[in-house]
Amino acid sequence: MKRRLFCGVLAASMIATSLTGVFASAEENPYAAYEGTTITVAALESAYGSEMWTAVCEAFTAETGIEVELTTDKNLEDVIGPSMQGGEYPDVIHLATGREAALTEQFIKGNMIAEITDVLSMTVPGEDVTVADKIAGGFTDTSLTNPYGDGKTYLAPMFYSPCGLFYNKGLLEEKGWEVPTTWDEMWELGDKALEEGIYLFTYPTTGYFDAFFYALMYCAGGPEFFDKATNYEEGIWDTEEAQTCFDIVTKLASYTNPITPAQANDQDFTQNQQLVLDNKAIFMPNGTWIVGEMAEAPRADGFEWGMTALPAVEEGGDSYSYTWFEQAWIPAGAENQDAAKLFLSFLYSDTACDIFAQSNAIQPVLGIADKLEGDNVMFYSIYDNGAKAAMGNFAAFNAIPGVEIRPIFFDPVNSLVEGTITEDDWIAGIKTANDQMRANLK
Amino acid sequence: MKNSKRRTGFLFACVAPAVVLFFIFMILPTLNVFRISLFEKGAYSPEERFVGMQNFKVLFSDANFIRSMQNMILLIIVVTIITFAFALIFAAILTRENIKGQNFFRVIFYIPNILSVVVISGIFSAIYKPENGMLNSIIEMFHKMTDPVLWKGEKLVMISIIIAMVWQAIGYYMVMYMASMSSVPESMYESSALDGAGRLQQFFQITIPLIWTNIRTTLTFFIISTINMAFLFVKAMTSGGPNGASEVALSYMYSQKDAGLYGYSMAIGVVIFLFSFLLSALVNRVTDRETLTY
Repeated sequence: MKRRLFCGVLAASMIATSLTGVFASAEENPYAAYEGTTITVAALESAYGSEMWTAVCEAFTAETGIEVELTTDKNLEDVIGPSMQGGEYPDVIHLATGREAALTEQFIKGNMIAEITDVLSMTVPGEDVTVADKIAGGFTDTSLTNPYGDGKTYLAPMFYSPCGLFYNKGLLEEKGWEVPTTWDEMWELGDKALEEGIYLFTYPTTGYFDAFFYALMYCAGGPEFFDKATNYEEGIWDTEEAQTCFDIVTKLASYTNPITPAQANDQDFTQNQQLVLDNKAIFMPNGTWIVGEMAEAPRADGFEWGMTALPAVEEGGDSYSYTWFEQAWIPAGAENQDAAKLFLSFLYSDTACDIFAQSNAIQPVLGIADKLEGDNVMFYSIYDNGAKAAMGNFAAFNAIPGVEIRPIFFDPVNSLVEGTITEDDWIAGIKTANDQMRANLK
Repeated sequence: MKNSKRRTGFLFACVAPAVVLFFIFMILPTLNVFRISLFEKGAYSPEERFVGMQNFKVLFSDANFIRSMQNMILLIIVVTIITFAFALIFAAILTRENIKGQNFFRVIFYIPNILSVVVISGIFSAIYKPENGMLNSIIEMFHKMTDPVLWKGEKLVMISIIIAMVWQAIGYYMVMYMASMSSVPESMYESSALDGAGRLQQFFQITIPLIWTNIRTTLTFFIISTINMAFLFVKAMTSGGPNGASEVALSYMYSQKDAGLYGYSMAIGVVIFLFSFLLSALVNRVTDRETLTY
């Protein structure tokens, strides 16, 4: 009897301890389900460097216990591309749209990205707020995150940067020139500067015209025109607003430093950026990463970075600055999608934002303004100083042979500067492509 | 009997690994290129849709493709002719003439061949720089320029690539021609000199005919290597720009793969494959001569 009682007590205590074990672990570690999981993360090593990714992955492992295998490279497409063709996908990919290899676009066009709308309602690991509460307004409503226009989110917004025209503040102050607020003032400045042998404009490569042209479309016709144009509406390029955009770019081409096109390729583009540092051109379209990218470059005496939004089309009109941001996403073929979503949500935690901010990569979260330092304070305050934010991009369409956004819309700017094509040639090319793009809209 | 069977078995075992590897890594992928060219397929998506000859139909009305083929043909013809002429002349001078520091020149001419294309592209990008570039600085010394010459601009970019490619290729072919020229017996030149033949005559009447087999082989090399090299130079020097002016067929194929048109880019691959195959065959046929021996 005694023995039976002893056994009973023993059994009961065993059950009790095991139960408390379960409850205790559930309370202490909400990520117990992921024990032993290792996720693979592939991130582009951009101007911000790759150390921040290593640090964020370590912080994620410390928080959740999920191991991370990290791959970073400047040509990430070449590193992860072949194994993805073989059907082996990283769990999380940080790679923005708009790159030459267009890997992200291919995944969008092929419907091969996992939906992550539920990540928005997930609690950020280590905090008690949801992801949606942290991400700043507007960032998850654009075609860059919801590419199919169905209200579902597929790409997580990362590192945002106001884009605009970058210039040497010191030069303008020295010459007593004002920063133009309308395009008419811009041309006046261009004429004045040319008399002193300084060209008004340059651009690193034609790829930088996307942010420029988006903001210009907003300036010329507001959000309504932008939406119609980026959805390739019929006859949209015959409108007055469109003509304004074309005229401005064409006129700007005639004010561009003539050596620009010869250096507007992926190898020599920093030489064009150098033109601004050397006072050989005043403005160039760029993003806030330029400061880090050209940190080691020689510069004119008294050089100081300045940035302005795109001037208004007419006196009293709106000026816009395009908000460029990168994207992180989960391939539909990824193995550990739940853990990958947890990783995405962690990217918006205070810990991760701090680590990113140290490398000047600014996450689109509320209250990030307090973490800004140096030039960034001025850059990111552009929207507080009267400029409106432009967001979005051309809608995704099924691939058409020989028809892509950049070669149709932006590459011809090189030829406009060299004078080998006319404005009408450029517009004709766009109109033809526009019909094909509309017919192949996703 | 038993012995010959064992011998066959041994030979089979020796050859099999190479044949298997060759089949898996060369034959299969090549066949796959032809197969995928008939499909519509993204590079990363497993889905594919049979479209028959549609890709080829679109291809021949694609102005960008036609321009890239034109650029490629231009490179094949011009680079081949210039390299060929220079390599032969330099080889003849270095083998036939007594020049001080012959070995030094041999090494100098061969150096570009050791450098990788990326390094050469870097060197030439520096030479072609519009401001402070070597070429423009030299021109500036003799002729005052108002605007710098844009070597990598739309109008001159192909010429700039041709110069870089010729510079890269001369040394290699020169060494090949030198090897065969040095085996032409000296006595032939001596007897022809007694008959009153000058140097030029000797070059065209003796040297060229006697190394003709070598020239024929290298011509095929030229065609295939120019197609491949053009892609590397364009990728490393201009990325196909400005505005597609320096796009060649292989770089266009690559960009179409990036646009998500894997099937279409493989169709371009098929056209390039057939083109280089036919051109090599044609060149081989046209240059067919009776082999001279000495």
